[in-house]
Amino acid sequence: MTDTLLEIDHLSVDYETGRGDLKALRDITFNVNKGEIVGIVGESGCGKSTLISSILRLTAPNTRFREGEVRFKGQDLLKASERQMRDLRGADISIVFQDPMQTHNPVLTIGQQMLDIQHRSKQSKVDKLTHAAKMLGAVGIPDPEARLKQYPHEFSGGMRQRIAIAMALMSEPDLLIADEPTTALDATLEVQIIERLQELQREFHCAILFISHHLGVIAELCDRVVVMYAGAVVESGDVREIFHNPKHPYTRRLIECDPGHIKERARVLPTIPGEVPDLANLPGGCIFRDRCDQAMTRCATEVPPLDQLKEGHHAACWLNHEEVTS
Amino acid sequence: MEKSRSELGQIIVGVARDPLGLMGLIIVGVIVFCAIFAYWIVPYDPIAMDIKSRMQGPSAAHLLGTDQLGRDTFSRVIAGGQVALKVALPAVFGAMAIGLTLGMIAGYGPKWLDNLLMLFFDTIRSFPTVMFALAVVALVGPSLQTVVFVVMATSIPTYGRVARTQTLTLRNSEFILAERSMGASMARILGVHMLPNIIGVLAVLAAMDIPTVIALEAGLSFLGLGVKPPTPSWGALLKDGYSLIRQTPWLVVGGGLPIILATLGFTFLGESLRDVVDPKLRKQR
Repeated sequence: MTDTLLEIDHLSVDYETGRGDLKALRDITFNVNKGEIVGIVGESGCGKSTLISSILRLTAPNTRFREGEVRFKGQDLLKASERQMRDLRGADISIVFQDPMQTHNPVLTIGQQMLDIQHRSKQSKVDKLTHAAKMLGAVGIPDPEARLKQYPHEFSGGMRQRIAIAMALMSEPDLLIADEPTTALDATLEVQIIERLQELQREFHCAILFISHHLGVIAELCDRVVVMYAGAVVESGDVREIFHNPKHPYTRRLIECDPGHIKERARVLPTIPGEVPDLANLPGGCIFRDRCDQAMTRCATEVPPLDQLKEGHHAACWLNHEEVTS
Repeated sequence: MEKSRSELGQIIVGVARDPLGLMGLIIVGVIVFCAIFAYWIVPYDPIAMDIKSRMQGPSAAHLLGTDQLGRDTFSRVIAGGQVALKVALPAVFGAMAIGLTLGMIAGYGPKWLDNLLMLFFDTIRSFPTVMFALAVVALVGPSLQTVVFVVMATSIPTYGRVARTQTLTLRNSEFILAERSMGASMARILGVHMLPNIIGVLAVLAAMDIPTVIALEAGLSFLGLGVKPPTPSWGALLKDGYSLIRQTPWLVVGGGLPIILATLGFTFLGESLRDVVDPKLRKQR
């Protein structure tokens, strides 16, 4: 069970822009094991989307991989040929996108689209349609055979997202990337989708890389969490450990800001003041220090390393070093 | 196969529900029917001369009278329709197929290829159609094939540009990204996913382009650059009628009316098709 499926190893990715290189990802390192659900949290612009497009190598043309490796079952995806990547996508790694209203071809029926994504399979058309209907049933779409003949605009947002999940799981991938799959949906649907994902994960035994900025969902679903800030991993570890014993001020503030954690009536919802630093001109030292209420002089000059604090719990903050040393 | 037929049936039913569409469908249907069965419909041989009965008005024997050589105008109108469609259909569909392919490649392929194809399109577009036709006819002589070639070559850029713009807007859409993330190849993305999104727009464009082409063929024939004289053509009829308008007005009527009808018919059909083809609009009708 603890076999490593995906290893992100010191990955650094830049975007070449007119203002110079935008350091979108810096020295990202974490693993996803087989059958494990790993959550990635962080506010907008912290590099979550760059990370997943790097894994699938569906990046914008101005993307430059500076350093590091993305290994999937031991193979470095950044060095794989376009052909090899195409064979992996949709077969071994598949993805569910954020906005279900946009992810289906508007002029083809759901059935036609589900047929088309089985283009690798040698089965007959009838078998493929049966398989498609079975998958729709598995994600909880009633009357799947009839629904296959309908167009995307005839489905609600929640249904479309379930169809997207069905399509992603169709080829029984080893890794499912879910890019904020519930952000565009309302709260009740969110719970349904999460429960469905959990059931399906148990059924298909695939690993899930779950990207979200909703901590409640992460806590509910994931085994481990990676907290990202401004293109770097600031803390990672077991989901309970992170939520009950956060070791990075950013994680702590994120948890405080989650509406689900607010117990008392507050006139103003808590926020983290300040903004993510300019990734084109990164300041020296700790990237979070301008927004950190516990910043020290050391933070301005030295970048805190991502240290292991406990078995499977890493954090990048000098505060932990003082604790350790004193 | 059965599925696509029912879809086509749906489209035809949709067009027929729209009064203008129905009118277009009937006019186009009659024109196509006459063109296909021209051989059996014509009461006289369209190129047989009968000098004794020249320049007659309409009568039971000659529905639209006769021309200066005694040829039956009605027969020439019917046969002319066949020529018009023989030019218009291959020219429009050829131009659409080539323009669509090149346009999609320009829109989806690398930047340098896009620039090259756009340069090619713009070069063609910079020639005025009639001047281009004059030059080609001067080189190879007037014939049906020449007209088809000229029309096709000059309309490729129109289709190409539309296909390119559509491809460019689609290529960054999320569902294409989703397809790529599912491991679809470029051919699959273009053929299976882009094509059905683009074809509707182009089909409408083509339906509206057919009357233009028919008028162009008539215009070239009018100038004596289209089909060669004994072959009946609406444009040639107009040309003969123009010089004989004081003696008999029926040639102008015979040549002009079908051009007007064909233009209206195909335009109505095209507009109605545009509303029906879009599946998002289909349910609201």
